[in-house]
Amino acid sequence: MTASETEQVSVLTAIGACFKRELVVAFRHKGELANPLIFFLMVVVFLPLGISSEKAVLASLAPGMIWVIALLATLLSLDGLFRSDYDDGSLEQMLLSPQPLAWLVLAKIAAHWLVTGIPLTLLTPLMGVMLFLPAEGYLPMMLSLLIGTASLSLIGSIGAALTVGLRKGGLILSLVVMPLYVPVLIFGASAVNEAVGGFAIGGQIAVLAAMALSALVLAPFAVAGALRISVNS
Amino acid sequence: MALLQLNKFTCTRDDEPLFVPIDVSIKAGEVIQVAGPNGAGKTTMLRALCGLFDSFDGEILWRDQPVSRSRFAFLSQLLYLGHQPGIKKSLTARENLQWFARIKGETHTVNVEAALAEVGLDGYADIPCHQMSAGQHRRVGLARLYFDASPFWILDEPFTAIDKAGVARLEERVKQHAYEGGTVILTTHQALSLESYRAIELEKYRGALQ
Repeated sequence: MTASETEQVSVLTAIGACFKRELVVAFRHKGELANPLIFFLMVVVFLPLGISSEKAVLASLAPGMIWVIALLATLLSLDGLFRSDYDDGSLEQMLLSPQPLAWLVLAKIAAHWLVTGIPLTLLTPLMGVMLFLPAEGYLPMMLSLLIGTASLSLIGSIGAALTVGLRKGGLILSLVVMPLYVPVLIFGASAVNEAVGGFAIGGQIAVLAAMALSALVLAPFAVAGALRISVNS
Repeated sequence: MALLQLNKFTCTRDDEPLFVPIDVSIKAGEVIQVAGPNGAGKTTMLRALCGLFDSFDGEILWRDQPVSRSRFAFLSQLLYLGHQPGIKKSLTARENLQWFARIKGETHTVNVEAALAEVGLDGYADIPCHQMSAGQHRRVGLARLYFDASPFWILDEPFTAIDKAGVARLEERVKQHAYEGGTVILTTHQALSLESYRAIELEKYRGALQ
């Protein structure tokens, strides 16, 4: 193997290790894993009780409602993203790895998406049934959530990294992340609304994908920088 | 050539120096004890040396280069053990130790049993760390000293929560590492029972001015 190949293997090893560790830890804390999903489910169950059980009302609310709940469920899971690593010293060890921090961080974010965004997306058909989402809305809903939750995880991790050093970072985290979530919510919910109305949704999906890709490229560096600042105290 | 050279080095908090600036030259094969009263800035100094803390005055040179310019070379040779050892409670000792090797880019499988046996945790490889006592928890972190090939160690209070026999074994390991040409910087409040080590006394800045 040449030197650059060895280097490549080293980076991949480090990324793989972070990814695997994150998933194993997530599956050993099943309660925390289920937390956003139960929140998601609860709101959808309570919604008809609180607003109206009429089919037409719920059907018109469903696209926006499901998107808002998914967004809040993601937000709920963000605070813990770097918290335990910060408390037990793993974060320092990641910072002191000779491998690029942005890659290690990306592995963590990918694992976060896999255990929150994907399950939320998979749960939406059930939510759709409970809220009388029109049939033509199901696929666009799942597609937009699949792409959109990736953006939510990536953008949210910047906020989580900035606030991990604060003892009570939860509120500030929400305030930092909320404005950045607005465009994702607008395009995500509008994709489903348009689909239900019988229009093409290529444009919205393209914008969602563009946002996810830019977040994918930029967020790891922002998170790495934010983590260095948070640990520097 | 000095491995690590500190010129007029002091850590600062809110622009106030924590201790009297020091000039230190550390060569390969040395054991350095950073001593000083509580709050003197021992941990802060070690964190600054690793690059985790950046408000300090003076220079840190690694092999005659500023650390910031040879960061990859520096980090590939560094083993840092902080107050918090970086052990995940829900993972087993094996998973934790293997992760330490992997994030440095090591591809080989760590001989976890051997490393754990050295710190007196024979047979604990597959026990989740939350089932261990505080001392055993620390020992899992210390097991890194038995498989990590990095020559430059920075250990922050490595003897905390370790029993007498464990401390003796750890000192033996430090001695052996220095004998093999490795360098160790550590903080501790007790005197080391090594034949040759150098102590850096951090004097509180305010004390020195009076």
